[in-house]
Amino acid sequence: MIKVKELPGEAIVTATQAPSIKNSFRAYVQRVRGGDMGALPAVLGLVVLCVVFAVARPSFVTAGNFANLFTQGAAVTLIAMGLVFVLLLGEIDLSAGFASGVCAAVLAVTLTSMGLPWYVCALAAIVTGVIIGTVLGTLVAKVGIPSFVVTLAAFLAFQGLVLVLVDEGTNISIRDSVIVAIANRNLPPWLGWALYAVCVAVFAVVQLVRARKRAKRGLVADPLSLIAFRVGTLAVLAGAAVFVLNLERSRNPLLVSLTGVPIVVPLILALLVVWTVILRRTAFGRHLYAVGGNTEAARRAGIPVDRLRISAFVICSSMAAIGGIVAASRASSVDPNTGGSSVLLYAVGAAVIGGTSLFGGKGRVLDAVLGGAVVAVIENGMGLMGYGASVKYLVTGSVLLLAAGVDALARKRAAAAGLR
Amino acid sequence: MTPLLEVRGIDKSFGPVKVLHNVELSAYAGEVTALVGDNGAGKSTLVKCIGGIYPIDAGTIFFDGGPVAIHTPRDAGELGIEIVYQDLALCDNLDIVQNMFLGREHKRGLLLDEDTMEELAEKTLSGLSVRTVKSIRQQVSSLSGGQRQTVAIAKAVLWNSKVVILDEPTAALGVAQTAQVLELVRRLADTGLAVVLISHNMNDVFAVSDRIAALYLGRMAAQVKTADVTHAQVVELITAGRSGDLGLKNGVTP
Ligand SMILES: Nc1ncnc2c1ncn2[C@@H]1O[C@H](COP(=O)(O)OP(=O)(O)OP(=O)(O)O)[C@@H](O)[C@H]1O
Ligand SMILES: [Mg+2]
Repeated sequence: MIKVKELPGEAIVTATQAPSIKNSFRAYVQRVRGGDMGALPAVLGLVVLCVVFAVARPSFVTAGNFANLFTQGAAVTLIAMGLVFVLLLGEIDLSAGFASGVCAAVLAVTLTSMGLPWYVCALAAIVTGVIIGTVLGTLVAKVGIPSFVVTLAAFLAFQGLVLVLVDEGTNISIRDSVIVAIANRNLPPWLGWALYAVCVAVFAVVQLVRARKRAKRGLVADPLSLIAFRVGTLAVLAGAAVFVLNLERSRNPLLVSLTGVPIVVPLILALLVVWTVILRRTAFGRHLYAVGGNTEAARRAGIPVDRLRISAFVICSSMAAIGGIVAASRASSVDPNTGGSSVLLYAVGAAVIGGTSLFGGKGRVLDAVLGGAVVAVIENGMGLMGYGASVKYLVTGSVLLLAAGVDALARKRAAAAGLR
Repeated sequence: MTPLLEVRGIDKSFGPVKVLHNVELSAYAGEVTALVGDNGAGKSTLVKCIGGIYPIDAGTIFFDGGPVAIHTPRDAGELGIEIVYQDLALCDNLDIVQNMFLGREHKRGLLLDEDTMEELAEKTLSGLSVRTVKSIRQQVSSLSGGQRQTVAIAKAVLWNSKVVILDEPTAALGVAQTAQVLELVRRLADTGLAVVLISHNMNDVFAVSDRIAALYLGRMAAQVKTADVTHAQVVELITAGRSGDLGLKNGVTP
């Protein structure tokens, strides 16, 4: 029998560093250096882009344009939020753009030709998304066709499906006031502030309660100063946004007043919170990360890998459906191009720019929102600068490539640092 | 004494290749059973059959004296059989606690109960006298080979398991870590678990095991008490399938 008790050099005792803002910051810098950059590139990119556009075109920094950014970027952001789930598993959904088109067409047809109430139609669109996701996911998980091929085929097929639904290229206009309101109306200013107060308060309370509970059990808890910093940052940024959005942005305020937070903003926020909780705080979310990180390990842990893969596609297509509804609302119409052209690449770009890895296992729903903001700023700013579609495509393509490059290099760097 | 875990007559083929022939193996509570054999003898395959990763073609698995059906890793886990695989099976993108509870997370309502899991993980790790990790919220990707091995073992003992099977747990480790893992293995057995240890290192095998089972080309050559055999005999069993009157007769059939 061997007897080994104290091994020199191995007794590094659970040296959990005293939690403080300084240590948290230091740990963050270390993570970034190690290749785990998180949201940093997106946030820096956003700041740089905004400064450049603001200098080049003063009209970029008007309240009206700020509000435009949200409605412009909403559909792509929503689709990107769904794509995060598929990307987390190391899969891809190239059909998400046209899936949103198909669902928007279902919405339009049920609204106009069938004259059903708006909620039934919206539900029909989302159910269509669920069905699409189930079919795609089953083909990938059960039949074993690579997702790239399955969704590329769907990408083509859905274009045809949209054409069929909108009668070979006619344009269905949407007049339902509720659907149109989603992307074209605003919250009354007081409601904007009320929602703001609730959000900040809930965020603060959740953080405090969690820290208190952990401290009570003797676990490492976030220090008060760090929580205050987080809550303060949120309060300032969101407060500034609500303030600007509540400014009068009508050209002719006497005739018609135009103020308030666009309705899509709380919609996106609500979905962001729901999906984030599911991803970070439920077993389902944990298992998604596990499958993306090491499928075999997940299988050996008894996780139903196939079922998880199918659900990721279902979530992706359902979010695409919601994106389609918002796109239809914004245009107040659906045509064969809804969800087409650059929508999908913008959405993939948004997720990747935000920090979601194309290699699977790493990503957050927040990434899609940050990346969606970058994409919206590029599109909006380039438009204001008077560049045509050609330059916009070139720039967005380059940005996507840059983001994917950063992702790949970060991964390499992490491998070199022994972090992966 | 009935073995806690016993397999009898296990056959396993991958397509046309028959990897396990009528294999039997017994593991007793409170003892370390060393499973030895050359590369490709079928040790890992046998373990994966017991763990519910591969379906078996024929044979029976007995647990605590009674026959059991193990079809999925979950079945094995529910019986109290935990396996530390040769290729570890940890998720690099998750932290230590998340890995230890993977697939069996504690929940409060619909949400994960992170605090309880963290406490239990902490307790298990310190119960194993593991003090080498900086924080149990560290991502597994940032751990050394020895630390990963420890996490994998801790994951196996977290569940009040009754049988722990370790597939070459020391293969990638340095001298100090090897000694530490072996000590851990011994301690597990001393607490009453049945431990199966796969190893190529005869010194390790003789240092910690109570019994030795030698697999030769997919056949169980012999199961003996460690005290009854010498290094040389075990090496012969591994390389030739027989040694004196021990082992397979006529080369293959027992
Ligand atoms: N999934 C598989 N498909 C086909 N053949 C396999 C598979 N897994 C193992 N084998 C074959 O089964 C035989 C036994 O492999 P196994 O991994 O069980 O050996 P082992 O005793 O664990 O060897 P080592 O000491 O190298 O780990 C080998 O000949 C191997 O090629
Ligand atoms: Mg092996």
